[in-house]
Amino acid sequence: MGNGILVICEHDGGSFKKTAFELLGKANDLASGNVSALVVGAADGASLGAHGASKVYTVAGDGFGGNDVASMVAAVQAAIAAADPAVVLASASPQAKAYLPRLAARLGLGLGAECTDLRAEGGAIVGRRPMYAGKAFADVNISSSPAIFTVRPNSFPVTAGAGGAAEVVDVAAAAPELVARIVGREDASSSVADLTEADRIVSGGRSVKSAENYDSVIRPLAASIGATPGASRAAVDAGYAPHSHQVGQTGKVVNPSLYVAMGISGAIQHLAGMRTSRVIVAVNTDAEAAIFQHATYGIVGDLFAVGPLLQQELEALD
Amino acid sequence: MNIGVCLKVVPASDTAIKVAGPDAGIDDDAVNSWVINPYDEFALEEAVQLKEANKASNVTVFTIGGKKIEKQMREALAKGADAAVRLEDSAFDGSDSLGVARILAAAAKAEGVDLLFFGKQAIDGDNAQVPAMVAELMGWPQVLVVDKLEVEGGSIKAWRDAGSGSKEVVESPVPAVISTDKGLNEPRYSNLRAIMMAKRKKIAVKGAGDLGLDAGQVGSAGAYVKLSNWGMPPARPAGRMLDGEPAQQVKELVSLLRNEAKVL
Ligand SMILES: Cc1cc2nc3c(=O)[nH]c(=O)nc-3n(C[C@H](O)[C@H](O)[C@H](O)COP(=O)(O)OP(=O)(O)OC[C@H]3O[C@@H](n4cnc5c(N)ncnc54)[C@H](O)[C@@H]3O)c2cc1C
Ligand SMILES: Nc1ncnc2c1ncn2[C@@H]1O[C@H](COP(=O)(O)O)[C@@H](O)[C@H]1O
Repeated sequence: MGNGILVICEHDGGSFKKTAFELLGKANDLASGNVSALVVGAADGASLGAHGASKVYTVAGDGFGGNDVASMVAAVQAAIAAADPAVVLASASPQAKAYLPRLAARLGLGLGAECTDLRAEGGAIVGRRPMYAGKAFADVNISSSPAIFTVRPNSFPVTAGAGGAAEVVDVAAAAPELVARIVGREDASSSVADLTEADRIVSGGRSVKSAENYDSVIRPLAASIGATPGASRAAVDAGYAPHSHQVGQTGKVVNPSLYVAMGISGAIQHLAGMRTSRVIVAVNTDAEAAIFQHATYGIVGDLFAVGPLLQQELEALD
Repeated sequence: MNIGVCLKVVPASDTAIKVAGPDAGIDDDAVNSWVINPYDEFALEEAVQLKEANKASNVTVFTIGGKKIEKQMREALAKGADAAVRLEDSAFDGSDSLGVARILAAAAKAEGVDLLFFGKQAIDGDNAQVPAMVAELMGWPQVLVVDKLEVEGGSIKAWRDAGSGSKEVVESPVPAVISTDKGLNEPRYSNLRAIMMAKRKKIAVKGAGDLGLDAGQVGSAGAYVKLSNWGMPPARPAGRMLDGEPAQQVKELVSLLRNEAKVL
């Protein structure tokens, strides 16, 4: 039976993702200081002490730090053996979704996915998560040790760190021989966060009417606050935005602090992807549109009039 | 090459969900429409297209569930699957994702499958766990969330979403597990004639004993993950409609986002 919480801290070429800080902060609330971190690949592990990790396990060297699944499984397996935690936390990121189920199957562990909250109860950690696209919620109880939970990005605030530098422990792991190989990458020219991790999203719907309008109204509005542009399926199917931008049941499930829906009716399949957003803004010409029932702030108006004004106002912010 | 497709039958995306009780999950009888998981439709379509292109000899669908899901299995047969295996056993009830993976892996092994397709996630739990778990249990490589695929002889090349709109290109030998995303293909509709024809195809039924599965490894006996305390989503505070001219509305909105909601 292990103890403490091990947080898998993801980074992009050395800079830690916001989710790493969110999870470390929450882990500290739950395990009062008994928190360690795992960093795979080259990044400044010691700096995670400021966010509450007392020990940082690092797996680096040849074969580690890339995106391939077999190496990540080997790295996390080695870290679990070294840290012997009661609980492992990770972001519900596309990467974690690829390697954690494999790891859970290899070690015979319970994996609770897509939690939006965690609490300590009776000496265990219990998750809470949306089910059926947020139409219901349930507790997630895991009986294995360690128990593994993945948490949706932006579920917890990032708290200012107080700790000093963490102790860094290098973990030796053998890089496996790869059967499936990443042979290429086709990069989009985007520098914003992926929809699933974005803290702010501005989406456009069918009423945007054309790809040109999407590019001249939705994208610049999003850019004015560093938001990731999104779209409804109707907008994607009409070719205004690529499928990677689709939010909803057959697109991406998102969990930002701010979601702005421009000319989106609020169909149940769209809500399925964004209803857990903390603040929802809706702009729609139809005062009866379903989206207004879920909006924190609503404006009945034309997106082509409101959009540019809003952009101006946001660009003027300091 | 033998292809397997794992299909889950789930509540349609637009159906209302009722919680049956805190520890009883949802009320199945209150769900008015059950469908093949939308992502699994892409898996099925890709498998059938590979067969039509003479790159596969046989397409078998696998589904866990009771007799009533045979309706959706018949649909899959009408869309071009050759055979169907329904996995049912009281020992399977209460399985977590790992239990489901153990059942599906055993069934795929028994049928001698070389390439196993899944949807990227089932829209009931959005877990996205079963495909990678099955891959691990089979000792096969996996390529997940694929929206473009080329199969040539004993190897595959697949394009997958790597986040922020970029694509990762992965090469893998067969046997392998693939999970499919929207964009891979346009799933076909079945027609009446095909549905009539499909009635002649047989749906095999298998249980734990037939698959050599240890009943302690599946179902609630083998589950490490249990859901409890079911409830409705937390209520959102009532929203606020902003009045006035657009310029005024926008000013008020930005001020509220900054000072009240504190998201700017
Ligand atoms: C299995 C399945 C899966 C699905 N998955 C998804 C999914 O993942 N994501 C998704 O989004 N949908 C999905 N859908 C589709 C969904 O049901 C809706 O059809 C879709 O979300 C509608 O998109 P929309 O709101 O842009 O368009 P509409 O419903 O046509 O709404 C357009 C809105 O724009 C408003 N409007 C018009 N002109 C203006 C203007 N000038 N300014 C402001 N407002 C204006 C209108 O009042 C209306 O409310 C799915 C459907 C099915 C069956
Ligand atoms: N009970 C099941 N029967 C058949 N296939 C399943 C079942 N559960 C999951 N799958 C397959 O695994 C995929 C991912 O499911 P999940 O991990 O539950 O999100 C689905 O899209 C199906 O292809």
